This record gives sequence, structure tokens and C-alpha cells, in this order.
Amino acid sequence: MDWNLLITQLLNGLQLGLLLFLLASGLTLIFGIMDFINLSHGSFYMIGAYFCGSVVARSGSFLAGVLFGLVGMFAVGALVEWFIARKLYRSDHLDHVLVTFGLILIFDTLVHLIWGAAGMAIPLPDVLNGQITLGSLVFPVYRTLIIVAGLLVAAILFVLVTKTRLGMLIRAGASNRSMVEALGININRLFLFVFALGAAMAGLAGMLIAPITEASIGMGNDIIIVAFVVVIVGGIGSVKGAFYAALILGLIDTMSRSYLDVVLNLAMPVTYAETAAPALSAMLIYILMAAVLAFRPQGLFPPAGMK
Amino acid sequence: MLSKLIRTAVVASAVIMTGAAQADSVKIGFVTTLTTPAAVIGEDMKNSVELAMEHIGGKMGGLDVELIMEDDGFKPDVGKQKTDKLVKQDDVDFVTGYIWSHVLLASAKSVLDADKFLISANAGPSQIAGKRCHKNFFSSSWQNDQTPMAMGEHLNQKGVKSIYVMAPNYAAGKDMVRGVESTFKGDVLGKDMTKWGADAQLDFSAELAKAKASGAEGIFVFYPGKAGGAFIKQYQQAGLQGKMDLYSVFTVDSIALPKLQAAGLSGVLGSKNTQEWSPDILNAANQRFVGDYLKKHGKYPSFYGAQSYDAIMLIKSAVEKVGGNLDDKDAVRAALKAADFDSVRGKYSYGNNHMPIQNFYLREVVEDEQGRWTTRIVSTVLTNHQDPYAKDCKM
Repeated sequence: MDWNLLITQLLNGLQLGLLLFLLASGLTLIFGIMDFINLSHGSFYMIGAYFCGSVVARSGSFLAGVLFGLVGMFAVGALVEWFIARKLYRSDHLDHVLVTFGLILIFDTLVHLIWGAAGMAIPLPDVLNGQITLGSLVFPVYRTLIIVAGLLVAAILFVLVTKTRLGMLIRAGASNRSMVEALGININRLFLFVFALGAAMAGLAGMLIAPITEASIGMGNDIIIVAFVVVIVGGIGSVKGAFYAALILGLIDTMSRSYLDVVLNLAMPVTYAETAAPALSAMLIYILMAAVLAFRPQGLFPPAGMK
Repeated sequence: MLSKLIRTAVVASAVIMTGAAQADSVKIGFVTTLTTPAAVIGEDMKNSVELAMEHIGGKMGGLDVELIMEDDGFKPDVGKQKTDKLVKQDDVDFVTGYIWSHVLLASAKSVLDADKFLISANAGPSQIAGKRCHKNFFSSSWQNDQTPMAMGEHLNQKGVKSIYVMAPNYAAGKDMVRGVESTFKGDVLGKDMTKWGADAQLDFSAELAKAKASGAEGIFVFYPGKAGGAFIKQYQQAGLQGKMDLYSVFTVDSIALPKLQAAGLSGVLGSKNTQEWSPDILNAANQRFVGDYLKKHGKYPSFYGAQSYDAIMLIKSAVEKVGGNLDDKDAVRAALKAADFDSVRGKYSYGNNHMPIQNFYLREVVEDEQGRWTTRIVSTVLTNHQDPYAKDCKM
């Protein structure tokens, strides 16, 4: 057993999980509190990456790019809520899906018009392109940064949701929306804030991944499916559920990519194992989702009071 | 009454006239990827085809050329639909383009069953080179296995003992891996086939960690288009540079290099790849192609572009040889098979399966006089090389 490899892969899984959490936490809040299915959440992920990239290209500072990107995404989220989502809360889910699918096409085309088809590379300062060495363990600095940033955001969100009045309203909204409204809370303002916060977090995930994979059109459409799986596995509306589910899925995905071919090789010839392993590892998280839906349809950690 | 009759006659003759006029043009359908992140490749091909059209003045053997571009969306099913449209609705004479092996495999039958000519400007799946070879199929690129075979040969020459292999899990990825494994004499210490398609895997953290743990001397990769840039970045971030040399095919090209340069990833400078073409090949056709492309677009064309440019020139040579009589399929086929044109890679010939028999070069990433990153030929690895599937083709 190569312990260094195992630890590296656990860290890689943690990093992927935290990235998924940034996306899924906004999605689960919007889904849970406003009962709004936002397929275009992945577009926020993409636009965040492009905002950040544009600022980095001009200023040369990655930090400036992220800060501007966060503010920009908060604004984009607020605008989408104000002009589009708000009018749809009382419609049914099919309308949400249709409108937000249209939004995906609009955002993809807008990005194509503004930034072109080529995608955008985001340069990192040299220090972030390096590696951290701990004994015989070597891990990229930048992936460490993603882990730290993800944990930080998770901690802030945890405090916000569990310790503040705003968080109380968010939790109340996720459990029983009409009761919150009946108590005279300005639900519009709450919705606006939650939507914009979700957009900013999705944008942050995009900004963090773009220096690794590049910003490109449709980058969010691939990952949004996985983010929905996280939401369902974790329990709709539950930030805590999203956190654990994201980590579980991140680890399952990374570990199966690392070890599944070795495991399958025990039972079948190497040529079959090589072909079957990537296919099976791509399926595993969906198998998990199916199992959760079958045995615990409310998710692993549903919000309190939700039936 | 009479005037009505005359009017009908005029309209009818006009219809017949346009019908006749259509035969006086060469219709070429071009299928490539113009959406999704892979559109960067499609754009390069489109630019090159447009440049070829300018260079030939929009004419082939006195006939006007009508070019119809279609987008396959990086999906085999869409590629097939678009091909069907080109063949049935537009009734083109030639269908060319095709970046992706899986798209070409799905689309080939539509073209070939309709007795049209199919010229792949990139994809070279083993199936079409071997058992499924066809008299009307030609390639202006290569068979997938050949370029990695050249790389395997280079690794032997260099004395590399062990490699780790990474490629996307689709038709071409499998061919590439088979290609390098067939010539490389050392050990392959590990292999990863990653998810591919419109939702391709671009984060290779787990695979790179495995590669590093394997202790291989070098890493062989095939990641075309956007994935290439992403891979190189992560290779450098993982600290593999200098510890595990990078050997690639179709990964480090004029599409990835400007972005890698913008991101300051100098680790790619000096890395080696194999290819049948390079911007610095010295011949009049290539200098005109690369020179005008640079002037027009401010960046180097890629091999995708070079092969697309060649596809148009190949068609032109055939149309001219048959004097514009495209109905004589046998004559057109013989003219295509002669490959009697100035290819930008230099002269090549066709084997029995209509795959090029050509040289493969080792290229190195360097900085040109203007400070742009590009590739330069170091040596010739394979001379007049024919693909290994030609023997399975009964033609």
C-alpha cells in the first residue's frame, strides 16, 4: 500500500468535494427555500470564471480577480432574481426548468459573443503553481488553496446559517416557507439575498477551478448535474447535507478513479478492467443517488421539520 | 391564356436552368465542431478552409466552389444528422472535415452509401483504415495509431525504460494507446482512460497522483483541444516537470500553446511531440499557408488547419484532373488516389486503404523570433510510414 498516494488521493477527493459544495450549497438553498429549480446555476459558475479571468488579465492579480468576481456574481445573481426568478416562484417546476434552460442558452451565447469560443486561461502567480512538500508527500499549492477556501466558506456559511437571525430565517424558510411569510417577514428581500449569495458561491467555484481547467463555454452545464446529485443525496434545502454529500461524492469519484481498476483487476483480466473502470467510476455517484432515493428519499441530512 | 402559358414555360425553363447551373459547381460539405469548448479546433479548421478558398479564388478547374459548413456539436449523433443533411438535402459532391473519430465512425456510412466522396481532414480511426475501408474514403491526415507509433519509436531511440499512459476513453484514445504500446519496447507502468465527450473530464488530480506514484520515467498523453492545455497546467502544478518527462501527441499544438504562454507555463517549452506536419516545414505551399494564416489571424495554424487546407487542395487537384466532370466517379477516385497536389506537409502517397503513407517528425516546443511559442522539427522519426491496419483492408 502506497500511503503517500492514498493521502494525496484523499486530499484530491476533499478538494473536489469542497468545490462541489460551493456549487451545491447555493443550489440547495434556492431549491429548498424558494422551491425554485435553477438549471442555470451552472451558468453562474461559468460567468464567475470569466469575470475573474478578465480582471486577472487586466490587473495581473488573482486575488483582485476573485474579489471582483464575487461582487460581480452577487450582482448578477441579484439581477436574475429580480427580473426573472421572482416572477416564477408561484409557477410550477416545469416553468422553472424551461425558463432556466433558456437562461443557460442565453448565458452561453452571451459569453460566446463577449469572450469568444476559445475559452480563457487564468494565469496564477508563481507561488500558487508550486508544490507543498511535507516529508515525502508532495501536493500542489493551488489545490491546497482550494481546500482552504472551501473550508473557510463552509465555516462562514455554517455560522451564518446557525448563529445569525438571517440564518434563522433561511432555515425557517427551508422548513416551512408559508409560515415565515405569515409571520410578516419580508420574504422578497430574503429570497434576493439567498439567490445572490448562491450565485456568488457558484461563481467562486468557477473562479477556483478555472486556473486548472480554463474557463470555457458550457463548463457549468457538466458539473451542475453532479451538483443536483449532491443536493438530492444531502437533502433538499440542507446546507449541512450539501456539505457532507459533496464530500462523500468527491471522495467516491476520486477514489474510484484511483483504485477501481486495481479492484476490478482482481476479478477480471486487465484489458477488461481498464475499459470497465472509467465507465463504472463515472456511474458510481448516480448509483449512490439511486440508492438514496430508494431507501431515504428525503436525503441523508434533510432540514429539520421537513417531511 | 397564351401569356400564362409563356409565363409557365419561362418559369419551367428557369428551373431547369438552375438545375443545370448547379452541376457547374463543386459542392463541398465540411463537418467540424463549432460549438462547445472544442470549437477552438473547428475555428482553426474553418479559418484554414477559408484561406484555402481565398488561395484558389473560390474556383476548382473553372467551376465555382460552394462550401457548406456544419457543426457536429462534438456529438456522434449530431455529426451523423448533419452529414445526412449534407448528403441528402444539399447533395454535395465531397464531404470533408471530421475532427473526432467517434463522429466520423457514426457518419461515414451516410456518405459512402450515397456514393459520395468522404475525405477525413483529421480523424483516422483504425476501423476505417482496416476492415471497414472503402473505395470512396480518403484521408488528408493519418491513421490514429501512426503518430503515437512514432512517439514510441522516439522513446526507444532515447532509451526511455518506462512510461505512464493517459488518454481519453473513446475510439481515437484507444488507437493512440495501442499505437504507442505497439512500438515502445519499455514498460508501461500504468494507464488511465478518462471520460470524454462534451462533458469530458478536465481535472486530472487523481490520475496525475497515480502517475507520480508509479515511478515511470516519462508520461505519454493524448489530450486534443482544450483538455491539452488543462493537462499541461496540472502536470506542472503537480510538480512532475523535471521528474517525469512529457511526451505527447495531438496535445501540445498551436491551439494550446498561445494559452499556455498567456498562463506563463514555461514548463512546456522543450517538450517533445510527434506529428506529420509542422509550421516550419520548408516548401512553397506550407510557407504560403502558414505565412498568410499568421498575417490574417496573428497566430500559427494548427495541424488540424493544415490538414483541412490540404483536403481542399486535394479535392481541387481531383476536380481539375477530371476536367470538372464529377459524374465520372472512377476518374475522380483515381485522381484523388494520385494525391497529385502540393501538400503543406510535402509530397505523400496513398496506400491501398487510402490512408497517407508519409513521414512523421519529432517536434519540440520553442519560442520563435517574435517571442511566440510554436513547434519546430527536430528529426524525422518514421519515413514513408504506412499504418498497421492497411493489411486488413481488402482493397
